[in-house]
Amino acid sequence: MLEVQNLYKVFTGSEVLNGIGFKVEKGEVVAIIGQSGSGKTTLLRCISFLEKADSGRIIFDEYENDITKVSKKEIKNLRMRMGFVFQGFNLFSNMTVFENVMEGLVTARKMNKDVAREKTMKVLDKVGMSSYADRYPGELSGGQQQRVAIARAIAPDPEVILFDEPTSALDPELTGEVLEVMKKLAKEGTTMVVVTHEMGFAREVASRVVFMDKGVVVEEGTAKEVIDNPKEERTRQFLKKAGSKFEL
Amino acid sequence: MSERLIGILTSSFLKILIPGIRVTVPLTLLSFALSFVIGLLLALVQVAGLKFLSLIARFYIWIFRGTPLIVQLFIVFFGLPSVGITLDAFPAAVIAFGMNLGAYNAEIFRSAILAVPKGQTEAAYMIGLNYPQTMARIILPQSFPIAFPSLFNNLISLLKDTSLASSITVIELFTTTQQIAARTYEPFALYLEAAFIYLVFSTALSALQRWLEKKLVWESKSGKSDKGSGINKAMIG
Repeated sequence: MLEVQNLYKVFTGSEVLNGIGFKVEKGEVVAIIGQSGSGKTTLLRCISFLEKADSGRIIFDEYENDITKVSKKEIKNLRMRMGFVFQGFNLFSNMTVFENVMEGLVTARKMNKDVAREKTMKVLDKVGMSSYADRYPGELSGGQQQRVAIARAIAPDPEVILFDEPTSALDPELTGEVLEVMKKLAKEGTTMVVVTHEMGFAREVASRVVFMDKGVVVEEGTAKEVIDNPKEERTRQFLKKAGSKFEL
Repeated sequence: MSERLIGILTSSFLKILIPGIRVTVPLTLLSFALSFVIGLLLALVQVAGLKFLSLIARFYIWIFRGTPLIVQLFIVFFGLPSVGITLDAFPAAVIAFGMNLGAYNAEIFRSAILAVPKGQTEAAYMIGLNYPQTMARIILPQSFPIAFPSLFNNLISLLKDTSLASSITVIELFTTTQQIAARTYEPFALYLEAAFIYLVFSTALSALQRWLEKKLVWESKSGKSDKGSGINKAMIG
């Protein structure tokens, strides 16, 4: 459904993408794992055009183009078909929880307000945040903010949702509630790409696990294959280091 | 204090206060409104990265910050008539003050807009907003509370600077004081009186500022923990 091919991105810093190819099919939950600096986040940000890739191709169903030649309008259209959940939540601090979720429906998609309100309540219910509808983001815990951010991302029914380390900015006791919501979405058949350090989550929920290192995919397969029986030495080393989390 | 002096001060008080209320206050508010619009426009074209308009904005700011306010007043009121543009003193003052302060407000708006975390823009783009929508719905509402104290500071400065309008024949608070001082030969007492009335006005503005800030603070505060924890932890992780 959504695919990038031969993607290159060089930063002045350390993180790079070295001709990576990546694909997600409808209904899949793909977990991308790898060390900090392996390019996982950059991959997600290039797919969503938050970073400009140096070269490569992007394919989204019928749409195919050189990723550096996608017009502004096309970028907007492609983004409308994606949801994005940030590490730092990025809820709009000038808006209430309700307004945060409704904004994309009404302002961007010109949805009828009554329909949008109903939809907003429905997704807030789904993430267990409907009783906080009138609060401002600053009044919520990190876990609550991230659940609202997930509601905001799923409200327009995007075809795929990209999660960029959704629990990395949370205190350990708050990651559970966010992972629960994500599990629920996965069960409903939502197409998800999740950059994560949560090996337990990857193992339990992901239909496919992708291990990245130095800007390329080193190994991919089912969670069993990649996490329990890694073929590549680099994957093994990474999992050993991540072992403590993996045990949880 | 002699009885004569007390008599002059009491009889002049209203004579100074009334043009203060009738002229100085509207002159301040109108000029500020103009400077607000100019400042916002100059800031927007710069942060939008519109190359040619940015260049014009930089040029504008360079000119208006780099030359004295009183010279700008004289150019607008005494100078423009020679190229066929004759303005009354009051509108001339509004234009000169507004255009001058616009250059300063532009910098305030620009830095306030840039102070809104980048994640807010990214999130707005990802829910499908375009640039103007992002600016209008997300970024500007968040930059106003940031810009507010500095803007208000400029408003209070402007209130005092409007006394310069006396030099282009606007009959405002200070002009009236000068006239009475010349008539009564009591410059010391009368200029102190004028200073006192300016002080009353600016104190009222300061009080208004504190009151408005309290109303705004809640809104900006509600976003603080989001920004703080998000950014710090992102850096660690």
